[in-house]
Amino acid sequence: MSKASIASPLPGTFYRRPSPEEPPYKDAGDTVAEGDVIGLIEVMKSFHEVKASAAGKISAFLVENEEAVMAGQPLVELDE
Amino acid sequence: MTIRKLLVANRGEIAVRIIRSAREMGVATVQVYSDADAHMPAVSMADEAVNIGPPQAARSYLNREAILEAAGATGADAVHPGYGFLAEDGGFADAVERAGLCFVGPSAETIRQMGDKARARTLAEQAGVPTVPGSAGIIDSDEAGLAIAGEIGFPVMIKAAAGGGGRGIRVAANPEEFSHQAPLARAEARAAFGDDALYIEKVIGSASHIEVQVLGDGERAIHFFERECSLQRRRQKLWEEAPSVNLPEGLRAELCASAVKLAESVGYRAAGTVEFLCDKQAGEYYFIEMNTRIQVEHPVTEMITGFDLVREMLSVAAGRPLEISQQDIAARGHSIEVRLNAEDPARNFLPFPGVVESLNIPSGPGIRFDGAIYPGYTIPPFYDSLLGKLIVWDIDRQAALARLARALDEFKLEGVSTTRPLFQALTDNEDIRHGRFDTGWLEKWLQDTYPEAAAL
Repeated sequence: MSKASIASPLPGTFYRRPSPEEPPYKDAGDTVAEGDVIGLIEVMKSFHEVKASAAGKISAFLVENEEAVMAGQPLVELDE
Repeated sequence: MTIRKLLVANRGEIAVRIIRSAREMGVATVQVYSDADAHMPAVSMADEAVNIGPPQAARSYLNREAILEAAGATGADAVHPGYGFLAEDGGFADAVERAGLCFVGPSAETIRQMGDKARARTLAEQAGVPTVPGSAGIIDSDEAGLAIAGEIGFPVMIKAAAGGGGRGIRVAANPEEFSHQAPLARAEARAAFGDDALYIEKVIGSASHIEVQVLGDGERAIHFFERECSLQRRRQKLWEEAPSVNLPEGLRAELCASAVKLAESVGYRAAGTVEFLCDKQAGEYYFIEMNTRIQVEHPVTEMITGFDLVREMLSVAAGRPLEISQQDIAARGHSIEVRLNAEDPARNFLPFPGVVESLNIPSGPGIRFDGAIYPGYTIPPFYDSLLGKLIVWDIDRQAALARLARALDEFKLEGVSTTRPLFQALTDNEDIRHGRFDTGWLEKWLQDTYPEAAAL
């Protein structure tokens, strides 16, 4: 099994849930298909979905909910 | 009291704007900043600067304790909240006053009254100011709201009482949509504002967004004429003017008098803005809301009247009675402001944080630039996308449009996309040139001009 990661397309703040009272999009251990939403990036007060760039199983979240991230920073580690 | 040291509880261009007025008045300044803002211009302009926490606004610019601690540590005696962040948070105004400091804004009670948009409607009605047909205060239930919507006629807006500034609004075209939208609006309002109270307003078809600048000392209030802010996208203003084009003189006088009446009826002590929807042809106008802060677009009013609104705010906040009387205020010429945002208009206004690689700020006759950027500046992604406001003044509207086009040509910024090309196109547009636009005009024009952007 090879490792891959999903990177943030934008700089901003990473959110794992669509809104504070909803469950996270994905948890560690979940499988994702290419194009699945794994979180949101808030940049300049607008929200953008982060989609899985490949299919696989999430082995770990590399960034905490509401943490500041840079563009290109890996958010999630995937086992392909 | 006399304000000797002012803490600026904001960032970006408005922080710079406030520091400028304070300096002219001989008031020392303290700028607070987050970890992401150590290099913003206001930090180096202020006499002192205090770090108040991590980049995320919730942990810095919205952190009341950290801001008050900074005020205590530096011996500031007043706090200016700017706009956004804590500017219309009654709890913050209370906390500032409790700490023995002067809050540069209205009383906490006034902020709460006007912050509850349903209550503000009632206050306007009591002051004899026309309001948009709708519910008398908040609706008791979704069913009651549906009945009211049926009486006033569809389409209606379902609005969060705790909303404002274009946030917390859903539109229903018929009873079915109402039944679907009302619970969603309630859930959204609860999540966004911690308060699920809703009220109903009729959708006014073709209208202009006109707002009146007021200033009160707690007893007396005066106005500085109106601004027209009809050019909006998703209810966010992009282009503002003073005065409003094609507004009949009698209607202007009525709008301004209504705004003053409302401000005096609540004992308003600050600068504020009373917003109206206006049908210029029919001569009808309706109160929408009152903003209890200095607004982004205040410079166009300063340009046509010559007054420094931030200076006047500081004066009334210190408890001095108004030194200006209504007849001292005259409007001359025409002013336009455009908001240069770090957004790409061709890509559905995608935000564009990054590095300002090179920059040329326009100058010359009748030009003002209120910004907070410089070559090499890194625009942080954590706050709104406003880079600066380009403001022009000239003897009439046509001349102001030509001057705006010239200034936009001079404005050069490399490194990030900005809204500049949008404004260049608008200065050339026949509808804009003739003042033929309402609050729906810009979105329609954007759809026609960037059809592919809608799919992004």
